[in-house]
Amino acid sequence: MATMKLLFKKRADMTQSELSKRRDFLSTTLLVGPFILLFTAFIIVPIIVAWGLSLFHFDLIQAPVFTEPLGMYNYVMLITQDLNFLRYVIPNTLKYAIIVGPGGYILAFVMAWMLSQVQAKPRKWISLAMYAPSMMGPVFITVVWRTVFSGNQDGYINAILLNWDLIDEAIQFLQDPAYLLNIMIMVSLWSSMGIGFLAMLAGLLNVDKTLYEAALVDGIKNRFQEIIYITIPQMKPQMLFGAVMAIVGAFNSGYIGVALSGANPTTQYAGQLIINHIEDYGFLRYEMGYAAAISVVLLMVIASFSFVAYALFGEKD
Amino acid sequence: MNVNPKSFTKNQVKFYIILVPLAIFMMLPIVYTFSQALKPIDELIMFPPRFLVQKPTLKNFTDLFRAASSTGVPMTRYLFNSLVITIVMITLTLIITTSTAYALSKKEFKLKKPLFQVNQIALMFVAVAVMIPRYLMIDTVGLTDTYLVHVIPYLAMPIGLFLVKQFIDQVPDELIEAAKLDGANDWHIMRYIIFPLIRPALATVAILAFQFIWGNTESSSLYIITETKKTFSFYLTTLTANQAVSIAGAGMAAAAGLIMTLPNLIIFVILQGQVMDTMSHSGIK
Repeated sequence: MATMKLLFKKRADMTQSELSKRRDFLSTTLLVGPFILLFTAFIIVPIIVAWGLSLFHFDLIQAPVFTEPLGMYNYVMLITQDLNFLRYVIPNTLKYAIIVGPGGYILAFVMAWMLSQVQAKPRKWISLAMYAPSMMGPVFITVVWRTVFSGNQDGYINAILLNWDLIDEAIQFLQDPAYLLNIMIMVSLWSSMGIGFLAMLAGLLNVDKTLYEAALVDGIKNRFQEIIYITIPQMKPQMLFGAVMAIVGAFNSGYIGVALSGANPTTQYAGQLIINHIEDYGFLRYEMGYAAAISVVLLMVIASFSFVAYALFGEKD
Repeated sequence: MNVNPKSFTKNQVKFYIILVPLAIFMMLPIVYTFSQALKPIDELIMFPPRFLVQKPTLKNFTDLFRAASSTGVPMTRYLFNSLVITIVMITLTLIITTSTAYALSKKEFKLKKPLFQVNQIALMFVAVAVMIPRYLMIDTVGLTDTYLVHVIPYLAMPIGLFLVKQFIDQVPDELIEAAKLDGANDWHIMRYIIFPLIRPALATVAILAFQFIWGNTESSSLYIITETKKTFSFYLTTLTANQAVSIAGAGMAAAAGLIMTLPNLIIFVILQGQVMDTMSHSGIK
């Protein structure tokens, strides 16, 4: 290509504009090169490798074996034979992802909207209080909620319930299949108001006020209409950013079940999400190919959530 | 209709009724852990547990620092590792992110559009989903059991690139044209024009990078074998893995959790204004 020729011509043979074009090309390469290299190596390549690996049997010791038929063995097993996957992991993940993802997102939007309706100073403090849990990190989250829901009588919740004579003996919240998933959902919702929340708040505060006045003239009757017809369309970019962050957040917090109960797989698979299933087969049972197949499925689940987000909030041009 | 009101009016009360209790509820676990970390052992054993601490003490913190790992590596080693790694990672991330974002925003080149779109898709990348191929990649490149493995895989931050690029879009092209007329090359433009103007975005990316790298245990648990190369966050995680449910350990665990998160909180409070400034340009178009 033309730029390639520029690289190999001798300096003396080039015109002024060719020289500056070449300098520009080299400069740009230097600017974006490191990022592209790292991005490809640690994000793109793993995804491609996951695709490829899912077609093999691989246990890190023997050489990978291409599966029959056509490499689809892992996927066929996943859909037909992996009963734990079908009976627990999928329903758990769907319930968890829908409540924490879109649910948390709607919650964040409602909170941000309410905050935009109050004065600046109280808003600063309240939004800090709401954003703080998302900064706490896995160590903190595990420590706090394990203490609160601890199964012996010193667990905070158990202590209160016992003290008020509501129960006779401590409930094993984190080991009891009936409670674990709901506790996970609650903890994740608690820590879900992150930068997506901040972005939506910023978006809400930046909507052009004259549009609201114009809407009043045009006959908008209540706040709800105002939100649907003016506010949300005006901040579509921030809504999309918030949605993407909510999806990522929901799937990134999948460690919480294993962290809270202390075991993978969690008791009776009660807290098992797709991500824990991958770890289980990958790092505990050393079935890398199968785990890779599950990861491909997970990536497709995330992609479908994102597709919905882009369909709702993406700007069509 | 009444976005960002200047004064207090009656119809704001209905919002405060919901917002204030919710804000308190969000802070409760944090306040609770704060007081747990400061409780002496007799208050930790108390039944029913008190919410706030009566006689605060720093003993939990000193106990934490004295407890050496099972291999005899002192805590200060882990702390040193984490500090170095954090500083290196944040610096490199800022440099790489800004250069790439500048190029994406202000320069023309063939891969420009695809790069931005791929990056946008990568925003949804959940690294845990491909942890096995990632492990194989790191092993192939030869990064296992090195200090660099704490930094290198995490330098390409799609969200960082996205935020900075959106922010640089706001820098007027005329400014850069004028600089070019005066003979500036890309390096000069970046150093003297871009960097000073995008400080809010840089602050935000620094915060996000810090929050990620300070608490990251994945690199230590998956890619490192030698004990002395592991990070502070990993050390605290292993210490408190079983401590939280025992009574005596609960105080130490809370202290550990607090150490992990206090830096996040402090940095964010200081730089909060910058973050909100960045966020107003953060929409995905």
